[in-house]
Amino acid sequence: MKRLLKGGRVVDPAGGIDGVRDVLVEDDRIAAVGRDLPVAGARVVEIPAGLVVCPGFIDMHVHLREPGQEHKETVATGTAAAVAGGFTAVACMPNTSPVNDNANVTAYILSRAAEASLARVYPIGAVSRGSKGELLADIAELRQAGCVAITDDGRPVATALLLRRALEYAGMFGIPVIDHCEDPSLEGDAVAHEGYQAAALGLRGMPGAGEALGVERGILLSELTGSDFHVAHMSARASLRSVRRGKEAGVHVTCEVAPHHFTLTDEALASPVPYDTNTKMNPPLREAADRDAMLSGIADGSIDAIATDHAPHHYDEKNVEFDRAPFGIVGLETAVPLSLDRLVHAGLIGLPRLVELLSVNPARILRVPGGTLAPGAPADITILAPDRTVRIEAAALRSRSKNTPFDGWELRGGVAATIVGGRILYVNAAVEALKDMR
Amino acid sequence: MSAPAGTQDEPRTDRIQAATALRRKDLLGIAELTTEEIALVLDTAEAMKEVGERPIKKVPALRGKTVVNLFFEPSTRTRTSFEIAEKRLSADTLNIAVGTSSVVKGETLADTALNLEAMRPDMIVLRHSSSGACHLLSRICRSAIINAGDGMHEHPTQALLDAFTIREHKKRLAGLKVAIVGDLQHSRVLRSNIHLLTKMGSDVWVCGPPTLIPADIGRFGVRATSAVDDAVTGADVIMLLRIQLERMEGAYFPSLREYFNVFGMTEARLRRAKPDVIIMHPGPMNRGVEIASEVADGPYSVILEQVANGVAVRMAVLYLLAGGTEHEAAA
Repeated sequence: MKRLLKGGRVVDPAGGIDGVRDVLVEDDRIAAVGRDLPVAGARVVEIPAGLVVCPGFIDMHVHLREPGQEHKETVATGTAAAVAGGFTAVACMPNTSPVNDNANVTAYILSRAAEASLARVYPIGAVSRGSKGELLADIAELRQAGCVAITDDGRPVATALLLRRALEYAGMFGIPVIDHCEDPSLEGDAVAHEGYQAAALGLRGMPGAGEALGVERGILLSELTGSDFHVAHMSARASLRSVRRGKEAGVHVTCEVAPHHFTLTDEALASPVPYDTNTKMNPPLREAADRDAMLSGIADGSIDAIATDHAPHHYDEKNVEFDRAPFGIVGLETAVPLSLDRLVHAGLIGLPRLVELLSVNPARILRVPGGTLAPGAPADITILAPDRTVRIEAAALRSRSKNTPFDGWELRGGVAATIVGGRILYVNAAVEALKDMR
Repeated sequence: MSAPAGTQDEPRTDRIQAATALRRKDLLGIAELTTEEIALVLDTAEAMKEVGERPIKKVPALRGKTVVNLFFEPSTRTRTSFEIAEKRLSADTLNIAVGTSSVVKGETLADTALNLEAMRPDMIVLRHSSSGACHLLSRICRSAIINAGDGMHEHPTQALLDAFTIREHKKRLAGLKVAIVGDLQHSRVLRSNIHLLTKMGSDVWVCGPPTLIPADIGRFGVRATSAVDDAVTGADVIMLLRIQLERMEGAYFPSLREYFNVFGMTEARLRRAKPDVIIMHPGPMNRGVEIASEVADGPYSVILEQVANGVAVRMAVLYLLAGGTEHEAAA
């Protein structure tokens, strides 16, 4: 079957394209991108001016919670949230129950993803068995089962020695090691960023230096081993400094930042709702200087990717005292509006750079298909409505969990449609022009 | 607010409330109080103190009101003080002491609050080890919530009784040099006192080892130093904060002995202060750690007055938060 997406601004940095084009999809692949492609034999979807056609967005850091914590999220609900949020693929973290440290768990996740048949799912395996930080997991087996990277996310790789071994060993398969960077001895049982807000609210604080120590450790060991090291959910300005220096020195280091870290600061802990547990995440919302550093890193190219750290938690788990609440917020359905509003409309970056952050670079770092509209590439396409005003409503999220601090926010820019492997899996009902698309 | 509506004297209630009620549902912290509200509590506490000096120490202000003292942390002084205050105002009081262990067993704070709320108390006095626990309760409950200490956040009635005690001695708060010495990092008493004293125009100095000074303390409008002599010099008020013995394990300082040598309040250190300095401590004290016994028991110490004033100040807070029913009290 052929489908022609006719008109619309196509932004495909990998192909050097930014302009009005047609995109021809044949079955599950991109067949051609060009001006005034022949219509013959294809079902035509007119893309109105103002909408933007991009290679599908890839969220390289989500928690799908299955197996084991299906009350928070499942592969099916998480991937439904993904396509509604404009993501055609997600990479899911191994801190499930049991931990994804063996091929059986990986296969289970992939079978659930195949059943759901929504966004593509790329499992990420554990660095260590049970993510306990002692013995290496069966990394070759994980790789063979379909894992695209390894991490002990939720916590840092326990020791420098284990991280070194993981980098060396993973290097054999050409997969990156992703680290949740922090120095646990410096952070203790902290629940917020160490600064004025934590002091005023009486919350135990973790300094940005704790994260940067972890980043620096990974960079030095990446340099030592020559393997690829990726910094998960970077939030501190000191970490960005380390990454910049590492890149300048030619170290194979990449990094991602979450939308909440380039949008919010720790002031959100005090207002509008004091001690709102939906402002509690790890790494924490930091001070303005850190948030501004993340914005500058996005603008100047030192940050490689935007990833949500989508961390669903049940209402009951969050409806507790601040220091007892679990860390994390959902992000799949808020990332694109936040990115368009805070980065593109704020004048910080253009759409091509946004597509790099959300599609090209995640595909490159994880070495997965996508990130391009080149002929032969999978027909994974995200269509944006950059000028549409979107109102975030927690209750309306497709994710099983509604833990977001952005409830009620109005943002400029949203998702119009999401196409995975040529199948149109999401069309925003509010975008009139695409009403008949499905 | 649970005040009865539609009584015959409704037309004048507004005026009376403006003068004699806190126009808020809860007392969660000092941070959100205005200077007028603080002054109102302190003035009202003077009248309440007089009640405590009568042969029959009871007024009917909170007759028919139910006050629950919900304490998730052990406390003798604060719980007793609240209970006496409530009884002197004729409230029906109920004490619930919840060990942390039973929380671990199951029920959440939100559920505990909802269950209590179902029995329609008028006020809940909450002590809890988590900062912000009172805010959580306040969002769930119709009852007025009074913060009796939440984690490292605030302990507003302690700061109010401290201010009341200072005012009794110095007749003012504005312009006084107040030095607060001890574990600043973990102290809710510190935070409430900083908010109150800076709002009322005192010159607040805070002092402790750098390991126990919170980040960005300057933004609170205080002078921070680790030089105890500088903090004490010319002070009108010296307030000492408890040093918890387990802080040594967190490597905040090497030993209690060393802490006392560097920061402990001794007769010798006191000589740098004003001749009429007063010494305060929110209790419980560690004699020989943050304060020498001869200072705690000496002529400058007002530590037991603080305890006595705690009852009057808590009566004032309960009474003002009950709001709107004050004309019954006057009867």
